[in-house]
Amino acid sequence: MHRSVLRGLLFASPWIVGFVIFQLIPIVASAYFSLTNFNLFQDPQFVGLRNYQRLAGDDLFWKSLLNTLYLTVIGVPVSLTAALAAALALSMRVRGQWLFRLFVFLPTVVPVVAATYIWRWLLNGQYGYVNEGLGALGVGQPLWLEDPFWTKPALILMGLWVTGSAMVVFLAALQDVPEVYYEAAVIDGAGAWAKFRHVTLPLISPVILFETIIASIFTLQYFTQAFLLGQTRLNSASGGPENSLLVYGLYLFQQAFINLNMGYASAMAWVLLFVALAGTWVLLRVSRDRVFYAGD
Amino acid sequence: MPATDVASVSVRSPNGAVPWARRLNPRRAAGGGLRYLVLAGISALYLFPFVVVLTTSLKPADEIFTLPPTLGAKRWTLDNYRAALEAMPFARYLFNTALISSITVVGQLLSSSIVAYSLAKIRWRGRDALLLLIIATMMLPPQVTMIPVYIGWSKIGLTGSYLPLLIPQFFGSAFFIFMLRQFFRGIPEELLDAARVEGASDLRIYRSVVLPLARPALVALSIFAFMWAWTDFLLPLIYINDPDQYTLSIGLYSFFSEHGVEWGALMAAATLMSLPLIFVFLVGQRQFVRGIALTGIK
Repeated sequence: MHRSVLRGLLFASPWIVGFVIFQLIPIVASAYFSLTNFNLFQDPQFVGLRNYQRLAGDDLFWKSLLNTLYLTVIGVPVSLTAALAAALALSMRVRGQWLFRLFVFLPTVVPVVAATYIWRWLLNGQYGYVNEGLGALGVGQPLWLEDPFWTKPALILMGLWVTGSAMVVFLAALQDVPEVYYEAAVIDGAGAWAKFRHVTLPLISPVILFETIIASIFTLQYFTQAFLLGQTRLNSASGGPENSLLVYGLYLFQQAFINLNMGYASAMAWVLLFVALAGTWVLLRVSRDRVFYAGD
Repeated sequence: MPATDVASVSVRSPNGAVPWARRLNPRRAAGGGLRYLVLAGISALYLFPFVVVLTTSLKPADEIFTLPPTLGAKRWTLDNYRAALEAMPFARYLFNTALISSITVVGQLLSSSIVAYSLAKIRWRGRDALLLLIIATMMLPPQVTMIPVYIGWSKIGLTGSYLPLLIPQFFGSAFFIFMLRQFFRGIPEELLDAARVEGASDLRIYRSVVLPLARPALVALSIFAFMWAWTDFLLPLIYINDPDQYTLSIGLYSFFSEHGVEWGALMAAATLMSLPLIFVFLVGQRQFVRGIALTGIK
């Protein structure tokens, strides 16, 4: 009994040691730093809750929080819907199905720095192919990268190109829906939409909830794409036109590594943690009656 | 089974017989054509940016800025690739990135697998609690730990080296541990019992029974770890200052900072940077896709 605990701990020790060094101690330190003024070169000065008070009155803090919430509340549903639609299409039985799946997944493999620059070129207001296509359709041609109203939709559009991993998860979930349910629905006279709405959707709802939580948590940490889309020069860490690309992770980076306000940035990190926890709690709460678990 | 597979389901009799009827049904034939149209349309949307990158990278400078933008060119050239390779020490960045990615793979293979063995194959009190803790850490925004960890590395004078990127890889990652644990659980206990009867230790069972059987999952882990390290931007941005130590991500970033409007060369550099990953993915796609399905996240 005791020996098995010892063995278990021994084999798990790499993670446990790493957890203490790289997570537990830093979490405690971060909580402490958030109560200090700290610029890396002098010892931290204890200031109580002053950083949090300053955050409440910091316009850029609110701006960055709203930018990130925009991407989460609008971007996550849009990209998951696209991933689900792609998965539905790609689960149609045709010859060469694997090839189509490969095509849709391929962009997900492109390094994020390369992908972002590719989209800066595609979204170029004057020479860009996206606006060329929109022009051919006779709709507006926004200045994606210059107009503060359009920079976040540009990020969401970019994100649609790399929904491959959510798509694969949905594909796996769709495969697990038993064929007999569809057959029963057909006997009851269900059309394609009714089958999707009353068979597919309830049965894959736990996966949708899971993907929504994961995608939301990742989006709250969003940094690289916004950093690179707004980039004007080396280490500019600019927030783009009128700070429309100043997402939370980017403002935190500015404060920590450009301004060296480590205490202030730590307070921001803690606010982010609470936002993430609150968001997850709300998602679980709201979905309680809408998610169907086959075992119930 | 696909929900959109309307045609094939509707021609079936309630008992599921007459499969040959599908081939004869004209509605199904029409549906088949429509399906290909839909799939070709979707594929075209996803592939189009690749076409743009490739053609832009192969056009001479005076043909890149045309109104309206076209995919064709009067003359094709490799000049952009030459320019990109001259403007930055690409081979150096490639070497640095490959080095970091490889060490990351080795570190994660060693550490995550042994922790996963403890969680899947050793029965001990506290194991479920540990698993829960590991999963919970995946929810923690990295911003919370990023600053103290940076301060720690800077206090011992190791910022500006690769060590802050590499050392943590040898302590396992929650995601990989969870992925391997899911896979290890599928390995039948009887195989381990047989080894136990012969008096094999856990270390031995881990090495000579579990690891060989877990090859597909280990391959999936390697591909993921390699790709993430290859693509990583934030950590190299924070820790690496010396241009000789730049990774491809940081190299491309600094290239854009200096040569922003040279789209031909930039697209050439983006192509060169992406090719190794696309190659790795094409070779290992089966395991890669399986790994995603196993855990539900990328």
